[in-house]
Amino acid sequence: MTDLKEGVCLSAFWYSHEQCCWTSNETTFDDRDKCPKWQKWSELLVNQSEGASAYILNYFLYIMWALSFAFLAVSLVRVFAPYACGSGIPEIKTILSGFIIRGYLGKWTLLIKTVTLVLVVSSGLSLGKEGPLVHVACCCGNFFSSLFSKYSKNEGKRREVLSAAAAAGVSVAFGAPIGGVLFSLEEVSYYFPLKTLWRSFFAALVAAFTLRSINPFGNSRLVLFYVEYHTPWYMAELFPFILLGVFGGLWGTLFIRCNIAWCRRRKTTKLGKYPVLEVITVTAITAIIAYPNPYTRRSTSELISELFNDCGALESSQLCDYINDPNMTRPVDDIPDRPAGFGVYTAMWQLALALIFKIIITIFTFGMKIPSGLFIPSMAVGAMAGRMVGIGVEQLAYHHHDWIIFRNWCRPGADCVTPGLYAMVGAAACLGGVTRMTVSLVVIMFELTGGLEYIVPLMAAAVTSKWVADAFGKEGIYEAHIHLNGYPFLDAKDEFTHRTLATDVMRPRRGEPPLSVLTQGSMTVEDVETLIKETDYNGFPVVVSKDSERLIGFAQRRELILAIKNARQRQDGVVSNSIMYFTEDPPELPANSPHPLKLRRILNLSPFTVTDHTPMETVVDIFRKLGLRQCLVTRSGRLLGIITKKDVLRHMAQMANQDPESIMFN
Amino acid sequence: MAARARLCSMLALAALVRQVTGVKNFEDVRCKCICPPYKDQPGHIFNKNVSQKDCDCLHVVESMPVSGPDVEAYCLRCECKYEERSSVTIKVTVIIYLSILGLLLLYMVYLTLAEPILKRRLFGHSQLIQSDEDIGDHQPFANAHDVLARSRSRANVLNKVEYAQQRWKLQVQEQRKSVFDRHVVLS
Repeated sequence: MTDLKEGVCLSAFWYSHEQCCWTSNETTFDDRDKCPKWQKWSELLVNQSEGASAYILNYFLYIMWALSFAFLAVSLVRVFAPYACGSGIPEIKTILSGFIIRGYLGKWTLLIKTVTLVLVVSSGLSLGKEGPLVHVACCCGNFFSSLFSKYSKNEGKRREVLSAAAAAGVSVAFGAPIGGVLFSLEEVSYYFPLKTLWRSFFAALVAAFTLRSINPFGNSRLVLFYVEYHTPWYMAELFPFILLGVFGGLWGTLFIRCNIAWCRRRKTTKLGKYPVLEVITVTAITAIIAYPNPYTRRSTSELISELFNDCGALESSQLCDYINDPNMTRPVDDIPDRPAGFGVYTAMWQLALALIFKIIITIFTFGMKIPSGLFIPSMAVGAMAGRMVGIGVEQLAYHHHDWIIFRNWCRPGADCVTPGLYAMVGAAACLGGVTRMTVSLVVIMFELTGGLEYIVPLMAAAVTSKWVADAFGKEGIYEAHIHLNGYPFLDAKDEFTHRTLATDVMRPRRGEPPLSVLTQGSMTVEDVETLIKETDYNGFPVVVSKDSERLIGFAQRRELILAIKNARQRQDGVVSNSIMYFTEDPPELPANSPHPLKLRRILNLSPFTVTDHTPMETVVDIFRKLGLRQCLVTRSGRLLGIITKKDVLRHMAQMANQDPESIMFN
Repeated sequence: MAARARLCSMLALAALVRQVTGVKNFEDVRCKCICPPYKDQPGHIFNKNVSQKDCDCLHVVESMPVSGPDVEAYCLRCECKYEERSSVTIKVTVIIYLSILGLLLLYMVYLTLAEPILKRRLFGHSQLIQSDEDIGDHQPFANAHDVLARSRSRANVLNKVEYAQQRWKLQVQEQRKSVFDRHVVLS
């Protein structure tokens, strides 16, 4: 549908440009895209293919198609499934850490996200499809796990299925199964035991197999941006690679800061009241600026594959317009370095303009109320920067081959520098700078390109960009969005180094009303119902009696409500004055008192407790590793207070001098 | 039992898809040879429908632009690749997608435009008393509360469908409030 913005295939409207010209014999070497069956809109409507009026007509129709796709997408999202906005990865991280967002992984969200993702990518906006595909895969995982009762009743097992589904999502998006598993391990999952590892591997494998067997485009390859060159790289080239890593880190920091500032402005001011208008404006701006530059007019994936490609004798694009030596008799694969022709210089400044444009427009695009991903735009930015650096180094090596640096490894007439490799390294650096991935990034990159020789440059760039970016801010883009939205997510990567104790954080503090507790056998049903109605706590600790506050267990609010309702309906004799007890045997009661209500089965007899002198470092560790929601504080067996996950998060925010009231999500 | 039936239907669908995609169109295989410029000949691209073992320069290039001993040098520079695609898959996928998109569009138009008009005509004048919430709520599904309250009387299939639909609308309305209005989720 991306090609629909530019023209249509007359014989079969479902073909893209490349597929339409697949069988024709009229394609020439210089103009590989021409064939009579594919017609641009200007040719179709006014029968002219060159000239100013044709250009303006094509331009106008391009903008119209882009606007209509974007408008369709945002209205579908607004009417049917508002949870289908955004990337989805921050919310999936929160869900996998134990928090429940009802409806986020529902069937309508799945359908709408899939449908609108196609529309949004075709409209030419600067976003990718990989992040939303992870959300789509998790929705599928949620749907399948609800079919089997083993997974639908047990939240922990369901989260394992979701981890495996995330791995399958990345595997489908990139064609990178192993990278998908590592991505799920590093970025998305919270709790990843070894059995989830092999199950994710199996899911990614099945996804890759399905993708391969459908094979609509006939590459018979999973690899999205296949590179066919295997020229070696030299140690002296590490310097520009590290430079690209620094650029990636700087760009990552810039992007995260600007994007978070813009999203915060969208949340708090009137800008957020007009989501549809915002989407249409950004699409219009993108389409208007993108059309004149041939590098932004086409889809971003095509741009990246052209940038990754090395220039052999068979390429005829502007980027490969080098001045050829007419007496050259070398075989195709090993073209020596050549001076740049006119086409390369044009391509360089066009790429520079495209780079600036993409950097700016992605800041405003990510986070809008449409499904939007971040991987492909960051890779595009990095690839453009990398290619420009690569061409620069290549020309430097050609014109100054007698400098000391180049003399050792670059003889005139030899093939030293491959600019496509620089583009790959740049893409990896920028992606690493934004998301702060390390191992999974390198694996995804070499699975994407098939360039196994280039693992060391990729690793160097990824590590450099992570160091540079971490020097400015600790959070990647997904953690930054989690903090912006105030989700209760306890990051496993943060370190807690303060010396506070559990007494400093627990509730109730001094001056607050005492804890609402249930006693073991002395409260009536009416008392408990009043307590439930007056407070909105998630659960209540159960103690022996009000005098000796020895802890027995913990009862959850939802189960209490359900049990009381069932008892009132089913059991005989249970009235408001009935005693509620949590012990094995009913307490001693006078003769004509109403029937007591036994609720031992809803009592959790092993709640997690810490003593009041436990350092908060240990408490935070316990919360993280066990995924707790609350923890009770005791001293000598007597109940003192309670610490919930939100208290921990507020405390951490306070220690980091942030506003603790921003953790508001209920 | 229901899970087993679902599994069977999924397997049947998978077999059908495999059968559909197994039929290869005549036009769906090709050998593409790209030959760069040589001496005074411009570059050419040749396509021909040959099998994979015949995919080389001599079989594909029908009218050789050079002759005699130059043929070998010319052919050495050419690069030939065997490609296949499945046009049936592309056609089926695109048509399925467009039909789903069309259905969703129709449903959206129905929900936003047609349904309030129909409901107003059916329940018309008995809606004079409105609560505070409904007055400011001009979004789709604003009448979900009313219809839910009214539909407890009959219990046939049509009413169950309508009940499920109204419950779904309430859910979507809640989601929309938290995403678009209060900006609590998804910035």
